[in-house]
Amino acid sequence: MPLLSLLDRSRSVAPPGYSRWLVPPAALAIHLSIGQVYAFSVFKIPLSRLIGGAHAAPDDWSLATLAWIFSIAIVFLGLSAALFGAWLERVGPRRAMFTAALSFGGGFWVAAAGVALHQLWLVILGYGVLGGIGLGLGYISPVSTLIRWFPDRPGMATGMAIMGFGGGAMIAAPLSVSLMTRFAGVAPQGVVPTFLVMGAAYFVYMMFGVFTIRVPPPGWAPAGWVPNEKRRAAGPETSVQNAWTSPRFWLVWVVLCMNVTAGIGILEQASPMIQELFKGRVAAAAAAGYVSLLSLANMVGRFVWSSVSDYLGRKATYATFFALGAALYASVPSLGAAGALPPFVIVTALLLSMYGGGFATVPAYLRDLFGTMQVGAIHGRLLTAWSVAGVLGPLLVNRIRDAQLAAGVPRAHAYDMTMYVMAALLAVGFVSNALVRRPAV
Amino acid sequence: MTGHIAPPAPSIARLIGAWLFVGIPFAYGVYQVVVKALVLLRAGR
Repeated sequence: MPLLSLLDRSRSVAPPGYSRWLVPPAALAIHLSIGQVYAFSVFKIPLSRLIGGAHAAPDDWSLATLAWIFSIAIVFLGLSAALFGAWLERVGPRRAMFTAALSFGGGFWVAAAGVALHQLWLVILGYGVLGGIGLGLGYISPVSTLIRWFPDRPGMATGMAIMGFGGGAMIAAPLSVSLMTRFAGVAPQGVVPTFLVMGAAYFVYMMFGVFTIRVPPPGWAPAGWVPNEKRRAAGPETSVQNAWTSPRFWLVWVVLCMNVTAGIGILEQASPMIQELFKGRVAAAAAAGYVSLLSLANMVGRFVWSSVSDYLGRKATYATFFALGAALYASVPSLGAAGALPPFVIVTALLLSMYGGGFATVPAYLRDLFGTMQVGAIHGRLLTAWSVAGVLGPLLVNRIRDAQLAAGVPRAHAYDMTMYVMAALLAVGFVSNALVRRPAV
Repeated sequence: MTGHIAPPAPSIARLIGAWLFVGIPFAYGVYQVVVKALVLLRAGR
């Protein structure tokens, strides 16, 4: 079809005079959209009261059942990123981004049908499976293109896009609530029309990314850039198959997995933790404000740390995350015991900035080790570390806390052991990072 | 003729437009979070 040929890699090669500064907004249009997934929780209460209205009826979906929708979306994010990465490198970013938009936007529409018919499997198929595939494809699709356009600042370029993923929820949460309020009189809880509007809006918004992105012509380099400059040079061009089977890949996999697991330790428990550590001083409302601050730190960290890594080097940046992070985690119990609230907030915000920084810096780390040829596909495979950490982190944190409480430890100290375990995980990440060796170019 | 006509070189206006297109929703999101965080932190103090 002539129209679809517009999506071909050959049709998306940048013409002379194209500014590479158009690529980050194209990538951001995708990441700001798919970042909506982190705001899915705003739909949970309305989805659990579709029949009952003000209160949940016996036939309504339970919150525990609804949690599966988000989990399945994240699982399909990891699976699709791992499976379709090589296809993305073959067909180019434009076709992959278009498929992501179709899948993510279409997922909302299928989910809307599921809500209208009150069929949970259809909601899971729509938002979880189709939407999850859109998430995975969308997440990795602009990465290799950004790295090729910004060989001088790969950390900053990918950090900008991945910061958008963090920012997507900040836009989607108030937008979803406002749409559901507006459509409350049209459909139960206003969910179906909200899903339809969001599916269409995200598809259109993502089209801006699809038709703005361009791949650089072969051999392109920024004017005046010296490619062999130490530390900033890309690694030898490696196929996803060769990268996947190398020890280097698995060392970086452990690096990402440990960094994410430790970050989730704070994220998962942030609200109850601050209330229990500072009992009588921090109310539930203030705790919610604290969680917002952490999400902001997570987002800012994505851009700042990945940009810093262009100067510091990727290995040194991760060494900082792990060494500083372990020390900060180990200090949290003392800060709690001393009732030092402002230092506690600063320390945990810094920890969350490094959690975000870990996500954003890893594509550039892969480029340093495996070159740019299939970096998107390699990044896709690496994201399985995220899926594992997504299960491992909350499991560890909840189990440790419950075991502490069962052993009679006071609530204010129930997190001490968790913090020390998180510090130990970061120590494992430190060792794994130290073992990574840059290949000879 | 098998090729296609290359689009004109991007102007500053196109660059500004592209950045505003993503920057405005982004700024809206950040504003929402900052306001929420400040209001709630004040309320809980």
